Amino acid sequence: MSENGALPLRGKVLTVDTMNANVKKVDYAVRGPIVQRAVQIEKELKEGVKKPFEEVIKANIGDAHAMGQRPITFFRQVMALCTYPQLLDDNKFPEDAKNRARRILQSCGGNSIGAYTTSQGIDCVRHDVANYIQRRDGGIPSDPDNIYLTTGASDGIVTILKLLTAGEGRTRTGVMISIPQYPLYSASIAELGAVQISYYLNEEKCWSLDISELQRALQAAREHCSPRVLCIINPGNPTGQVQSRQCIEDVIRFAAKENLFLMADEVYQDNVYAEGCEFHSFKKVLFEMGPEYSSKVELASFHSTSKCYMGECGFRGGYMEVINMDPGVKAQLTKLVSVRLCPPVPGQALMDLVVNSPQPGEPSYQTFMKERTAVLSALAEKAKLTEEILNTVPGISCNPVQGAMYSFPRITLPERAINEAKAKDQAPDMFYCMKLLEETGICLVPGSGFGQREGTYHFRMTILPPTEKLKIMLNKLKEFHQKFTQQYS
Amino acid sequence: MSYFLGSQKVLAACFYPALLEEDSLPLDVKQRAESLLRECDGGSIGSYTDSSGIAKIKHCVSQFITRRDGGVPSSPDNIFIKSGSQMALMIMLKLLIRSDDSCRTGVLIPVPTYASFTLALEKQGAAIIPYYLCEEQGWTLQVEELRRALNTGRKTCNPVALYICNPGNPTGHIQSRKSIEEVIRFAAEEKLFILADEVYQSCMYGDDTEFHSYKKVLSEMGSTISSTVEQASFNSVSKGFMGECGLRGGYVELVNLDPAVKEYASRLLSTRSCPPVVGQIALDLMADPPKPGDTSFPTFSEEVQSIKNTIGKNTVRILEVFAELPGISCQPLKAGYFVFPCLHFPPKAIKWAKRRQMEPDMLYCLHLLEESGLHVRPGCEYGQRKDSYHIRLFVATQENIMEDALQRLKTFHTQFMKEFS
Repeated sequence: MSENGALPLRGKVLTVDTMNANVKKVDYAVRGPIVQRAVQIEKELKEGVKKPFEEVIKANIGDAHAMGQRPITFFRQVMALCTYPQLLDDNKFPEDAKNRARRILQSCGGNSIGAYTTSQGIDCVRHDVANYIQRRDGGIPSDPDNIYLTTGASDGIVTILKLLTAGEGRTRTGVMISIPQYPLYSASIAELGAVQISYYLNEEKCWSLDISELQRALQAAREHCSPRVLCIINPGNPTGQVQSRQCIEDVIRFAAKENLFLMADEVYQDNVYAEGCEFHSFKKVLFEMGPEYSSKVELASFHSTSKCYMGECGFRGGYMEVINMDPGVKAQLTKLVSVRLCPPVPGQALMDLVVNSPQPGEPSYQTFMKERTAVLSALAEKAKLTEEILNTVPGISCNPVQGAMYSFPRITLPERAINEAKAKDQAPDMFYCMKLLEETGICLVPGSGFGQREGTYHFRMTILPPTEKLKIMLNKLKEFHQKFTQQYS
Repeated sequence: MSYFLGSQKVLAACFYPALLEEDSLPLDVKQRAESLLRECDGGSIGSYTDSSGIAKIKHCVSQFITRRDGGVPSSPDNIFIKSGSQMALMIMLKLLIRSDDSCRTGVLIPVPTYASFTLALEKQGAAIIPYYLCEEQGWTLQVEELRRALNTGRKTCNPVALYICNPGNPTGHIQSRKSIEEVIRFAAEEKLFILADEVYQSCMYGDDTEFHSYKKVLSEMGSTISSTVEQASFNSVSKGFMGECGLRGGYVELVNLDPAVKEYASRLLSTRSCPPVVGQIALDLMADPPKPGDTSFPTFSEEVQSIKNTIGKNTVRILEVFAELPGISCQPLKAGYFVFPCLHFPPKAIKWAKRRQMEPDMLYCLHLLEESGLHVRPGCEYGQRKDSYHIRLFVATQENIMEDALQRLKTFHTQFMKEFS
C-alpha cells in the first residue's frame, strides 16, 4: 500500500524480464567483477584499511598511460594547437606540429574540432589513412571511400557485426571467433543475438591457428546456424601470437572457399616483439594472392589509437577499411554510422597524426622516433621478461609473448582449489585471481573471461607496468602461486 | 560561431600539460585542468576511464542537475556519460527493445522529429508510433493525440516507451509545465517509460520562456507518481553555449530504474570501454562553468550573452523576413537551433513535384540549393502531417550569415511562388 492508502504502486515497465533478453547474455570480463572488487579495495586503502600490500596493480586492462607510459609529445602538441588555435602564434611549438594542426582545422567545419564532421569521418583524414595503408602495404592502393573513421576499433567491429547479423533460427548469422578471444566479440555476438562459433587456437603450438580446426568448427556450426563471418585478431588478444604469412594466406583461402566475411582486428599491428615474427596485414596478403582472391573475398580491417606505441585509449580513435563490400550493403553501412552522428573529432585528428607522423627532415622527427622506439623496445623487453619469469614457476607455463600487450599463461590448479571454486559457483581461475587480488593487490583477468579449452585455466596479465614494477609483480605472483599450490594440495 | 574560449584553453592544457607551466593561461583554467588531470589514470587523458564516466565529473553533473532543478537531489550513480546523447539514447533503446517477441516493441515519437533518431529506432527493430505535434498551437503536445497514437499502436505492437524532445527539434517549441505534468500523468496511467531528450535546454530565447526538466516536474507530482514513473533524461555538450558537437560528450540521468536493469546497463556500457575523455571534460565545463570571481568569468559571460543575443536577433529577423513573403508561415521560435516554417505550396507546385515523383519540399530544397547555394532540409525528412510541407533552417549562426541566407531564401521563394501561382 502506498503511503496515502491509494492503489498499490505499479510494477515497473523495464525489468530484467521485460528488457531485451540479449542484454542478459552480455559479459565483458576485462571490466567485470574482479575489477569492481579491485576498485573497492583501492577505496579501502585510501580510507586507511590495512592490507598485505600498499597499492592495487591494475594489470587487467590494456591501458598504457594508466601504467605510466608517456604520450607522444608531437601528438599532444598538435592536439593542443587544434583545440586552442591561438597557440599557433606561440613560438614554443614546432612548425611541423603547427602545419598539421592548420591542415586538420581547415578540414573541420568552422575551422573547429568542436564541430560535427561527416559520419564517415573527416575527408582529409580518410585520405591520409588510405595513404598510410598504401605505404604500409607496399603500394597496394587504398580508396579513402572505403575508410570509415570510428570511435575506437570497438565501434567499427560492432557496426560490422550488426550489419552482418541477420536471419532466424537455422539461418541466423554464425560468427567464427577464436578461443581465447577478446570478449568484445562474445559480448557483441550475444548482444546482437548472433551465434558464436568458437575455433580453438593451439596452445601447444604457441597459440597457432589450424585450418583443420576452422574446418571442424565450421562444419559443426552449419547444423544450427548460417556461418557468415570469420574474425581474426592479429596480433592476438589475449594470446599475443603473430600470424605467419602462410597462415594468413591459408585463412584467406578458407574464407574464400567457405564464403565467409573476414574481420581482421589489427589494433596491435606495431606491437610485434619476437624474433622471426612480422606483421602482415590481411589486406596486403589478400592482394598479393592475385585477383582470384583480391576481387572476391570481403574483408574489414580494424585499427585504433589505443594500442601500438600511442596508447591513447581515452581519445576513442580508430578506423576500418572495407574491401569488396557489396555496394548496396556499403550504402547501408554509411547510413548505419550516420545514426551516431560522427566519431569524436579529437580521435579523428589523432588518427590523422598516427598515419601522418613526423618524417625525416621535419623538426619533430628525432624526438618522435626516440619516443616511439623507447615505448616499443620497453614493451619488447617486458614481453621477454614476463615469459622468462613466469616459466620459472612450477605450475605456470607461458607461451612466448610474440606481440600485443599481454601474457596468457596456463596455470595448474590443485584439485581441492578447483572443488572449492565450484562449490562457490565460481570459475576456478576466477577463484584464483580473486585470491591473488586480496592477498597481493594484483588485478588480472581470469582465462574464463576469454574462453579456454575445458579443464584448462589461465589468466591474462598486461606487460604494461614499468619494468621494475613488472619484475616485482611477477615475483609476487610467483610467491603467491607457490603458496596457493601448497595451501590447496 | 566561436565556441567557448575558456573550454579551449582547459582542453589544450589537458592535451599538453606542459602549457600549465606557462604564464599565458589564467589561473582558473590551470586549476581546472590540473584537477581534471588528477582524475585521470597516469595523469593522462589518453587513459581509459570508468565505463560510465569519471566519478568526479559525474558528481559535477549531478550537482548541475540539482542546481538546475532547484534542489531536487541527483545521484552520480544514476548518471551515465556516453559519447554524445545519441549514444546514451541507443543504450536505453537497446534495453527497452526486445528482439525475440513476435510482437514488436513500440516507441511513441513526435512528428516532426529529427531523422537520425527515426533511423536509430528502425535499426534497433522498434515499431515507431508517431504522435503529431499541433502546429497551429505552436507545436504543442496534446495528450488526446498521445492517446490516439497509443491506442492505434496497441493494435500492432507492444508500446513501452514515450520519447519527448523538449525543447523540440526541429520545431523549437518548449513544453509548458502543465503540458509536462499531463504527459507524465499519461505515462503513469498507460505504463510507459519516458525518454526525455533535453539537449536544447540551455538554448532558450525570448523573455517568456522557461525550461522545466521532466525530472523536476516529476519530483513535484506527489509520491505515487514521482516514485514510480521510470524516466531517462538526456543532455549533451553539443548544444547550448558549449556547442562542442565534435567532442562527443553527453549523459543520461535515470530515474526510478529497476536496480537490476541498471546493473545490466552498466555491463552493456563496459563493452564499449569508456566515453571519450575530451567529451567528458567538456561536460565538466558545461556543468560547472566559470563563476563570478573566477578569472575567466567576465569573458565567459560575455561570450554566452553574445551567443544568446545573436540567436535572439536572428529569430526576430527570420520572422520579419517571413512576414513579407507569401506562402510561408512560422510558429514562434522559443528554443533550439532551428526554425521549421510551413510552406504553403500552390497546387501547380505540388503537381510539378508529383510529376517528378518527389516530395514538394524536397524538390523546393534541391532547387534552392542549385539556384542560390543555400542548404536547408525539407520537412519530409522529419515527418509532417499529410499535405503539409516545411523546411528546416539553422539559426545559430553569425548575424551576417543569417542575413545572407535569408536574402537568398527571399529571392528564391518570391520567384518560386510567382512561377507556380
